Amino acid sequence: MGQPTHGHGGHDAGHEGGHGSLKSYVIGFILSIVLTIIPLVVVMNDMMGKTGTIVLILIMAVLQFAVQLWFFMHLKEGENAKWNISALLFAILILFLVVVGSIWIMNYNMVAH
Amino acid sequence: MAKSVAHHHNEEHGHEHVHHDLDSLKSFGFWIFLMTDVIIFGCLFAVYVVLRNNTAGGPTADELFKMPGVIAETFILLTSSFTSGLAVLAMHAGKRNQLIGWLAVTFLLGAAFITLEVTEFIDMVHEGATIATSGFLSGFFTLVGTHGLHVSIGLVWMIGLMLQLRKRGITKVTKRKVEVLSLYWHFLDVVWIFVLTVVYLMGVM
Repeated sequence: MGQPTHGHGGHDAGHEGGHGSLKSYVIGFILSIVLTIIPLVVVMNDMMGKTGTIVLILIMAVLQFAVQLWFFMHLKEGENAKWNISALLFAILILFLVVVGSIWIMNYNMVAH
Repeated sequence: MAKSVAHHHNEEHGHEHVHHDLDSLKSFGFWIFLMTDVIIFGCLFAVYVVLRNNTAGGPTADELFKMPGVIAETFILLTSSFTSGLAVLAMHAGKRNQLIGWLAVTFLLGAAFITLEVTEFIDMVHEGATIATSGFLSGFFTLVGTHGLHVSIGLVWMIGLMLQLRKRGITKVTKRKVEVLSLYWHFLDVVWIFVLTVVYLMGVM
C-alpha cells in the first residue's frame, strides 16, 4: 500500500522517502515491458516446445506480478506492510488451492471419462 | 495525514495516533478487498482452465483470438499502471494539477483498453462465438468480462476522484483515495497479465 513510511528510523538513506520515486516507477515500467515482450515473442514465433513455453510464460507472469507489487504497489513499505503481506500470502494460498486443486481433480482424477 | 505529518515530524507521531490508526485501517480494509478479489479471479481462472478444451464444436481459442488487438490492450494497460503511479508521485509532490493530469491520462488509456476489449467481444459474437456457445466461451467471457467490468468501475471511480480533487484539492482524505485507487489499478494490471498468459498466450500457442 503505498504509503509512507517514515519507517522506524525516519528516512534512512536510499529509502526514497517512502512512496517510491520516479526512478523506481521507471525501473518497474521497463521491467514489466520486458517481461511482457519475452513471452509474446516466444509464443508468437513458436520458439520453444509446449511444456517449455508454458513454464516460461508462467514464470514471466509471476515475475511481472512481483515487479508490480514491489515497484508500483510498494508492498514492503508502510506501517501496514506486515499485515498486507500476511493477507496476500493467505490469498495466494487459497488461490493456489483452488486453481491447482481444480485442475488436478478435473483433468487427472475423474473416474468417469 | 499522519502520514505526511509523521513524515516531517516523526516525534509528533504519537499525537496523531488515533486518526492515524483509523486512516491506515481504511487502507488496510481496501487491501483485504483486493485479496478477496484475488480469490474471485482465482476461481474464474480455475473454471476457465478446466473448461478451455470443451469447445462443443464451436470455435477454439486458436481460431478465435486476434493477437494484435490483445497485444495493444496489454501495452495500453501496462502504461496506464505506470501513469497511475506517476499520479501518486505528483500527489506526494503536492502538485494537484499534475496529479489530475496523470489521472486523466490513466483514464484515457483505461478507456482505450475497454474500447478495444468491447470491440473484440462484439466481433466474437458476430462470428457466432457467444457466451452460450461452449464451456470454453462461457469461461472466457466470464473471466475476461469480470476483469473488463473491474476496469470500467475503476474508470467511473477515477472521474469522481478527479472532480473531487478539483474541488477540494489534495487533503488527507483525497490522498488516501488516490492511493487506494492506484493500488486497485495496479492490481487490475496484474490480473490482466495472467489473463494474457493463461487465456491468450496459452490459447494461441
